[in-house]
Amino acid sequence: MIEVTAIQKGIVIDHIPAGKGLKVFEKLRLDRRKSPSVLLMHVSSRKRGTKDIIKIQDDLTVDLRILGLIDPGITVNYIENEQIIDKKEATLPEKVSGLFACKNPRCITAVDECAQPEFTLVPNGKIQYRCSYCEELTEYRL
Amino acid sequence: MNLESLKGRHLIDPEDFTMEELQALLDLGLKMEARPEDYADCCKGKIMGTLFYEPSTRTRLSFESAMLRLGGQVLGFSDAAVSSAAKGESLADTVRVMDDYAHTLVMRHPREGAPKLASQYATVPVINAGDGGHQHPTQTLTDLLTLQKYRGAIENLQVAFCGDLLFGRTVHSLLKTLCRFPGMTFYLVSPTELRIPGHLRDELQHRYHITLHETPHLDDCIEKIDLLYMTRIQKERFFNEEEYVKLKDSFILTRDKLKTAKEDLMVLHPLPRVNEIQYEVDEDPRARYFEQATMGVYIRMALLSAVMGVKLA
Repeated sequence: MIEVTAIQKGIVIDHIPAGKGLKVFEKLRLDRRKSPSVLLMHVSSRKRGTKDIIKIQDDLTVDLRILGLIDPGITVNYIENEQIIDKKEATLPEKVSGLFACKNPRCITAVDECAQPEFTLVPNGKIQYRCSYCEELTEYRL
Repeated sequence: MNLESLKGRHLIDPEDFTMEELQALLDLGLKMEARPEDYADCCKGKIMGTLFYEPSTRTRLSFESAMLRLGGQVLGFSDAAVSSAAKGESLADTVRVMDDYAHTLVMRHPREGAPKLASQYATVPVINAGDGGHQHPTQTLTDLLTLQKYRGAIENLQVAFCGDLLFGRTVHSLLKTLCRFPGMTFYLVSPTELRIPGHLRDELQHRYHITLHETPHLDDCIEKIDLLYMTRIQKERFFNEEEYVKLKDSFILTRDKLKTAKEDLMVLHPLPRVNEIQYEVDEDPRARYFEQATMGVYIRMALLSAVMGVKLA
C-alpha cells in the first residue's frame, strides 16, 4: 500500500476516472508548475472501484473547464490547514474558446486566423459544442 | 412597425431580424413592387460594395439591380481571383478597406461563417449573400415575399423541401425561418446522404419542438403539401465527383408527379435549376420560381434601404 500524506494547503483533484489521471496531469500542465504535485493511479474507490487522484501543494488555482471536458464527474477539494475549505465539481463549460477547433472543414475558422470560434454547449445530453461561425456541432472530450 | 430598427444592422443569419422586422420588410417589399418609381432616388449618393468570393449570377445581379433601381451605385468584385484575396490579403483587411468605400457590403463566400467574420471588422452593414452550405438569408426573404404575395398569410402551411438538404443553404435559412411562423408542418424529402445537417435538426427540434417528417419519397407527401421547395443537388458542395453523379438525378419533379398535388400548391426553387424540375412543369400555374426570382429584387431593395437607413418617399 502506497501512502501519501495529507497536504497542508493546496488542491486535491478527486474522482478522476481510473487511467485518466495522466491526461489531467498533462492538460493542466502540472509538469510546468513549480508547486509539488503527486498523481495517484488506480486507487481503490467505494463508488467506482478504482479512481485516480492528483494532489497539488501550495497552489489553489485549477481550470475547472479543462477538468469538465475530461470528465464532469471529477471533483476538486481546496485545502487550507489540512482542512477542506471548499469543494467544487468539474462541470462542462457553457462557453469555450481556445481549447479545440471546429470540426467543419468548410468553416471559416479552418483557414482564417482572425476567426477565433467560441463554442456553446448544446443542451442535448451529449458533449457537443456549437461553433459561433458555422453552427456545426463538435463533439468534444479532452 | 417602422424600419428604423434595421438601420446599421447586419444580416448574417435570418434570425438576426425579429418577426416584426421581417414583416415590416415584407410590407415594404410589396410596396416597392407595386410602385417602384416612388423609390427610384432613395439611395442616391449611396454605394453598395459587393464582395463575391464565389460565382453567383442571380443573387449578385438582383442585388445590383435592386441598388440601381434605388438610385444608388455599385462597386466590388465577383470573383476572388481578381480581388486582393488572390494576392493573399486576409478577409478582415479586405473588409476594413471596403468599409470605407461603400455604405453597405454584400458578401458571398465559400467558407461557412465568413460573413460573420466580415461583420466583426465592418462598421457598415454586412449582408450575407450565401456562405458555403450554411445560410442564405436574403433568399429566405425572397421566398417569404413570394409566399406573402401569392399565398397571403404565412401560417398553417404544409411545406416540403426536396433535394439536397444537407448542403442547400437556402433550405437551411428558410426552414429555420418558417419554424417561427405558426402552424407549420415540414416534410424533408431527400436521399439519406443529403438529409439536413444534424446540428440544424437538433436546433429546430430543441427550440421549436417541431416534428420533421423525413422521407426519401416525394409521393409520401405530395398530396398534402401547400408549398414544395425544390433544390438543386450542388456539385460544388461535394468533395467527391462519384457521389455527386450517384445522387444528382434522384429527385426530379415532372408534370406527372404533380397530378395528385393540391390545386393551390406553390412550387418554388431558388434557381438555378439543372434538371430537378423538368421544363414541362414551367407551364403549370403552380410553378412560381420565376416570379420568385423577380421578388428577389424587390425584397433586396427593401433590405438595402432599411439597413442603410435612407429616407423613403
